[in-house]
Amino acid sequence: MLGKLTVDALPLYSWVAMGGAVVTVVGALAVMALITWFKWWRILWSEWLTSLDHKRIGIMYLVLALVMLVRGFIDALMMRAQQAVALNSEGYLPPDHFDQIFSSHGTIMIFFMAMPFMSGLFNIVVPQQIGTRDVAFPFMNSVSFWLTTAGAGLVMVSLVIGKFSTAGWTGYPPYSGIEYSPGVGVDYWIWSILISGVGSTLTGINFIATIVMRRAPGMTLMRMPLFTWTTLTSSVIIIFTFPALTVACALLGLDRTLGMHFFTNDAGGNMMNFINLIWIWGHPEVYILVLPAFGIYSEVVATFSGKRLFGYTSLVVATAAIGILSMTVWLHHFFTMGSSASVNTFFGIATTIIAVPTGVKVFDWLFTLYRGRIRFTPPIMWTLGFIVTFVIGGMTGVMLALPPADYLMHNSAFLVAHFHNMIIPGVLFGYVAGFMYWFPKATGIILDEKWGIRSFWCWLIGFYLAFMPLYALGFMGMPRRMEHYNVAEWQPYLIVAALGAVVILLGVACLVIQLIVSVVEWQKRRDHTGDPWDGRTLEWLTSSPPAVYNFAVLPEVGDRDAFLDMKQRGIAYRKPDRYQDIHLPKNSGVGVVLGGFAFVLGFAMVWHIWWLVAVCALAMWVAIIVRSSNDDDEYCLPAAEVEKIENARYEELAHASPPGGEDAPGVSTTPLQENPT
Amino acid sequence: MATTTPEDRHGLRSYLTGFALALILTLIPFGLVATGVLSKTPILVVIAIAAIVQFLVHLRYFLHLDLTTTPRERVFAIAFTIILIFIMVGGSLWIMLDLYNRMMV
Repeated sequence: MLGKLTVDALPLYSWVAMGGAVVTVVGALAVMALITWFKWWRILWSEWLTSLDHKRIGIMYLVLALVMLVRGFIDALMMRAQQAVALNSEGYLPPDHFDQIFSSHGTIMIFFMAMPFMSGLFNIVVPQQIGTRDVAFPFMNSVSFWLTTAGAGLVMVSLVIGKFSTAGWTGYPPYSGIEYSPGVGVDYWIWSILISGVGSTLTGINFIATIVMRRAPGMTLMRMPLFTWTTLTSSVIIIFTFPALTVACALLGLDRTLGMHFFTNDAGGNMMNFINLIWIWGHPEVYILVLPAFGIYSEVVATFSGKRLFGYTSLVVATAAIGILSMTVWLHHFFTMGSSASVNTFFGIATTIIAVPTGVKVFDWLFTLYRGRIRFTPPIMWTLGFIVTFVIGGMTGVMLALPPADYLMHNSAFLVAHFHNMIIPGVLFGYVAGFMYWFPKATGIILDEKWGIRSFWCWLIGFYLAFMPLYALGFMGMPRRMEHYNVAEWQPYLIVAALGAVVILLGVACLVIQLIVSVVEWQKRRDHTGDPWDGRTLEWLTSSPPAVYNFAVLPEVGDRDAFLDMKQRGIAYRKPDRYQDIHLPKNSGVGVVLGGFAFVLGFAMVWHIWWLVAVCALAMWVAIIVRSSNDDDEYCLPAAEVEKIENARYEELAHASPPGGEDAPGVSTTPLQENPT
Repeated sequence: MATTTPEDRHGLRSYLTGFALALILTLIPFGLVATGVLSKTPILVVIAIAAIVQFLVHLRYFLHLDLTTTPRERVFAIAFTIILIFIMVGGSLWIMLDLYNRMMV
């Protein structure tokens, strides 16, 4: 009846694991209790969970990403603490538990922190930046989000019921095969990735269609803002490479569940093909994540330098070049597999070449900053920290791209330092910069600058403390993923690294405080103008938060910096003569239903509860048929209603003080709210 | 409910044709492997051909692409797709065959 699921699945094997389970369960219950206490369930369901509004889906993505960031970061702290004390001793974590932690840390940070963070920013920004009212497929957007959430839910559940994978975030066979990992951990990993991977693929399709088909009149390809360009490129890479990940994980699942032999040692299997397939996705994935961050840096640098972006064309070409080159370098993750010299040489050279367009971008940002009137707000601080730090990571990357050098550093702490040196400044700093830059747009609240800057310094200093010692440790011969060790010289470095993690913890705390302070003081921090930073691109034309339809009248784009151009010509806030009815998608609970059943389906697959698998698959099929047969999926916002909302907006604009200043007296502080019925 | 028009029926016929062809092209490889009428290398060749033809069937009958009426940018997109598939599939074949030659031969 319950497959492999018994009471033994509870984490009673160690106090630490039990603590993690208790925190997860108590945290979830506390959130539910709060929602019940404030009677928020109804509004949560009707205004948020079932919403097809891309801005709300975007905000939900960000909530998911921040929750998972905290979870993944706790994993990191635990690993650093273990390695700081585990000289000639067991430390406080049993090996099996330590292995689960490094596996879940990587899985969470890539799939359930970075990817949702990225999709959230796509959703909030891109439709507004290209001057449209919604994404191309609003319902599919909701499905993407709920599938991603279902995957994240599976990882969280593995804390409480059963164990997570111990095979690392890339799950290499034969260790991840059924023979060496007979437990449910790898299955949790496979199913969380399969389910969320479908969501990511749908997001990619959605944003390609949105950007190609729905740009405002006048916005040619070469007038698209850089963030839109990088979103497009990243989406193209998503739709080509996520299938490789899905296939690799599905085949591994077949090996494990049905006893097939794709990646086994015997019976004709070839484990190296798994490694080949997963890195066909895995390396482009780095660029899927990093390109949108490059887009954010481009926007932030131009806005806060008060200058036109230097070398727009070269940035676009570099983006496209990185997009294609990213698909030609994957073998560098397994040089030590032992390919022939010609194969290694090809991929080594391709890897060094990809540094060239990236370098072009760095110079473009520097030249944009050069002689600009830089306003040192949090977003630009993250950007400056990125430029300096990322260059170091890039150089160590070029070192690793040389096959002979890679043989020395493969799987060492040097590698760990290198990829964190790319992903933390290259991805996380960028997304946080974007978060602080677009937060006023998404919510109407300008975030507190003081705590933003503090968070930045803690992250930056913490980063150097945590990862520079790992470069040295790599040269001293320390492999990655050590649960304990007996080399006394390593310990001081590992203690410094642990201190670095503590400093980053302060940075995370500052982020949380910034959010709390800003929300508590929201009346003082309201952005009445919709344009708090003196922005250049179209998303700053809408109100903050934007009306449900974004633009009452679709803007005409006449320049690359479309909004700046409109402001200079004095037509940015011109009142239209009359408004028209606007058709918008109705809310739909089917996305939640699909995500919920996908979650249960994954859980049932993990525990071999076959009847439940069948029930969930059937339910999802029925839900899709029901949704597809529903032709009544739009509602009409009458022109009179649009006019009322817009008039309130013009009223607010007329009384608005300059960006960041105090409120003008007598201004209504109620955010614009619409109730779709 | 929308009423059916001749275009709908044409669309339906195109989808059903595509579905039938896709089904046949899927059954051929499975049938060959299950019955074992051919030796290994010819079976691999037939599977590869069936896969490529199936890809073309999907393009023609499900995505409604053809070389005469499809706009140029869409042809460009297909060309781009083919290049990327060539990189990924060709690269995989190169890597795995190279490994095979170094380890098994």
